[in-house]
Amino acid sequence: MSVSDGIPKQIEDALLTNRRDFLKSAGMLAVSFGVFGGTRIAAAGQRGATAQGAGPYQDPDFHQIDSWIVIHEDNTATFFVGKTDPGQGTGTGFRQLMSDELDIAFDRTTLIMGSTDITVDQVGSGGSTAMERDSWPMRRVAAEARRVLLDMASVGLGVPVTQLTVADAVVTVKADASKRITYGELIAGKKFNVTLTGENVSSITGQARTKSVPELKYTGQSPQRDDIPAKVDGSLKWAVDVKLPGMVHARNVKPPFACATLTGIDESSVRNVPGFIKVMHKGNYVAVVCEREEQAVRAARQLKTTWEKPASAPFPTSENLFDYMRNATPTSPLRPNVAGDPVAAFSRAAKVLEAEYQIPFQGHTAFAGAHATADPSNGQMTVYSNDMKTYGMRRGVATFLGMAQDRVRVVYRQGPQGFGRTAAEDAACEAAWIARELGRPVRMQWMRDEETAWDTKSPAFLVKVQGALDATGNLIAYDYHARSCDYNHIGYNEPDTVLIAQFMGSRRSTPSAGSSAAPSDMYAIPNRTTGGDVVSLPAIWETPLRTGNLRDPNGPQSTFAAESFIDEAATAAKSDALEFRVKLLNAGTTDDGVFRRARSLAVLKAAANAFGWDARPSPKPIGKGDILTGRGVAYAFRGQTVVAQIAEVEVNRHSGQVRAKRLVCAHDCGLIVNPQALRHTVECGTLHGLSRALYEEVRFDTEKVTSVDWFSHPTLRHMDVPDKIDILLVNGDPNPSRPDLPPYGAGEASLKPMLAAIGNAIHDATGVRIRRVPFRADRVLAALKAAGV
Amino acid sequence: MSQIQLTVNGRQYTVDVEPATPLLYILRNDLGLQSPKFGCGLGQCGACTVIINGAAVRSCVTATSSVKGEVTTLEGLASNGRLHPLQQAWIDEQVPQCGFCQNGQILTAKVMLDKNPRPTDAQIRETMNTTLCRCMSYMRVQAAIKRAAKTLAEPSPAAGKAVVP
Repeated sequence: MSVSDGIPKQIEDALLTNRRDFLKSAGMLAVSFGVFGGTRIAAAGQRGATAQGAGPYQDPDFHQIDSWIVIHEDNTATFFVGKTDPGQGTGTGFRQLMSDELDIAFDRTTLIMGSTDITVDQVGSGGSTAMERDSWPMRRVAAEARRVLLDMASVGLGVPVTQLTVADAVVTVKADASKRITYGELIAGKKFNVTLTGENVSSITGQARTKSVPELKYTGQSPQRDDIPAKVDGSLKWAVDVKLPGMVHARNVKPPFACATLTGIDESSVRNVPGFIKVMHKGNYVAVVCEREEQAVRAARQLKTTWEKPASAPFPTSENLFDYMRNATPTSPLRPNVAGDPVAAFSRAAKVLEAEYQIPFQGHTAFAGAHATADPSNGQMTVYSNDMKTYGMRRGVATFLGMAQDRVRVVYRQGPQGFGRTAAEDAACEAAWIARELGRPVRMQWMRDEETAWDTKSPAFLVKVQGALDATGNLIAYDYHARSCDYNHIGYNEPDTVLIAQFMGSRRSTPSAGSSAAPSDMYAIPNRTTGGDVVSLPAIWETPLRTGNLRDPNGPQSTFAAESFIDEAATAAKSDALEFRVKLLNAGTTDDGVFRRARSLAVLKAAANAFGWDARPSPKPIGKGDILTGRGVAYAFRGQTVVAQIAEVEVNRHSGQVRAKRLVCAHDCGLIVNPQALRHTVECGTLHGLSRALYEEVRFDTEKVTSVDWFSHPTLRHMDVPDKIDILLVNGDPNPSRPDLPPYGAGEASLKPMLAAIGNAIHDATGVRIRRVPFRADRVLAALKAAGV
Repeated sequence: MSQIQLTVNGRQYTVDVEPATPLLYILRNDLGLQSPKFGCGLGQCGACTVIINGAAVRSCVTATSSVKGEVTTLEGLASNGRLHPLQQAWIDEQVPQCGFCQNGQILTAKVMLDKNPRPTDAQIRETMNTTLCRCMSYMRVQAAIKRAAKTLAEPSPAAGKAVVP
């Protein structure tokens, strides 16, 4: 077997390795990080260029079962998938599903993810697509492998497949249990040599059918996540931990203000720094390289550079952002979707409501700065990265450097949570460019202020909503107009928009249009207009206010506006906020193919029951004490996943401080693969939503971002978490006799309604409607004072 | 450059570095102890936490020359091949999401429990407040601390499972 078969060399090696001995020496738990990747690093450490000589790095052929599954002599299996898991347990979930389809015990399997030369290209992670989309090809391949193994057993045992049964990787003759053969005995050390069909990796399939939900055994259980032990005993080797022989350290020198032009570098200012190697620069990109990390940090601070300011301000201040957006000309005309006859309905309204909601830029603020290590040995390029989309990064780096794609590989390693930051990753192209120029392995790491100021931002939104109530308080017309500040939205690992390319002068002739978003609800409002447009800041290149996908890119913004407004309508109708929503859902008479209307009702009901919701209009009578309490509800769907959240808050009327006392999140994502991992993911997402509701906001003057660390761009802390949080995993399929729904996406949906739930709770507590997030103490206090509370 | 003696996890080292070099870089790049992480370099987040003389110390803002006393890192928490009860509680509660901050969470909790074996919920929140987690694993961190406190209070402390060899 050779690499040209399309089977990665490492899988070939695994076929020939005595698995039992290997597992004994490596330890099962370390396998997913240790066997392949770890060996590669160790090999590079020992042999340097020799390991690099393993290229070219051809794409593993997704048409071959052998690219996905290897069965070993000791009757264990290793799965290879093209995904990444930043700690939400999707990797463990893939193992559960594949174990079920292959009919092998979960604890006899391991999983390798996301390194471009050894796993098929399934893009990586993002958009909560792990279970919904990308688990399906894995399941079909595992089912096909099981079918092929049964065929082989049929030949070996001399009985038809129909007379065989299989459990835990052992095939047995039904009529004679003494006649049995293991998967290992059937195929260890050999290839399946079975070609799958399908135009692309997502449609890949064999002949076998996948199991129905009732047939799944490991799916639906909660085996512990396999990545956790190494994360708590300190043994995990992260992307930041990669060390290579001869490796040097690089740090960037960013312009002191946006859109600045470099006019001079005084290299003599850093020549006295021990270990100083070189200042690297091209266009407006500047970095320093030193032998040691602390030397590079010092040199980057010490290097004297001069810059020329742009002729005009690149952006307004953060305080003036929404005035700017309101008055800006959209980049393309508004083309709203219209249902019914909104104009006529508004004209006969008993009451018309109008409100404007403001959501600022919010940062990804990954827990550590962008980082990558690049090894240019042997005219090739190996990048060690925590990029969630390693395959795109490989293409991006290859194009950026003008290298053939098969000379570049990206080795996936775990990294700090970035919520989409690593889809538009910056450090890899920087490390790779410097590494190639220097001819040495380079480790690039962004500093805290650099990351917080210059990471990609979630677009700011200004949303105007109008609603018409009839005399009995029914919402008969609705007009939603979202405006986002999102022009030149940065895509996934684009070699011409990655920041180093921008600094080096790259300019796309047609920048990305960006997007705004419509509400995501199943309310039956007969006359409805929804539309959105995009505005641009004055500067779109070489600016720290570049937008990128932050966890459900536009969902929290659109839902804050839409679900705050529904609450305002309920108050105007003197209705209970929850009953008002239920009534709007029940006003519909049809559902969609995934029963989103019925499931919307189910999550709202589950959340209300868990919370102990008592029906009454909001706000409640304003209390006399220092602490005002209130509750708020909000709901949304993302894709097919439906979420309702209820928050109980305490508002300190003297300080404006808001604290969430209790949170409830009811979540329906169809089939649940691992309930514990899902519950934890939803809990973390809900609290991330709380953090964005209370604290997160990018601040800037007219030339630079001024929120640059954890004080100026705060995040939720231990003391901010609620006393109690209920995560309810709902299965709201209205037909109990139907097998379960398929798995939909989880993770991002759980932070979508939280901003509105908190705002609605603040209103319930204080009677004051605040239409701008985050609900920071100073902003809340000012609103309370203005309202005389 | 100057020669500095360090005792880390019971082993003695001599390093030849600029005295002001943050301890974090020495641990990670010279001693091969990479569990302390660079998160902010400002002492704000806690990812770089180590224990020195019974105190949780931010190694990213600690000059190596100023270190007086033995340093313990997360790698040094297990003893006799057994995980520390805090580490076991972290697994039992399935605490981490990405896990990048958990070095700081575990070591900060260790120092707290050493001083105060039965912290109240309020004390846990207050003591842990400056140790940040961007995944928002806070609820589970707090639950794991309570679990570990219970384990440590048992008359014959149940040790953690064997560390994977």
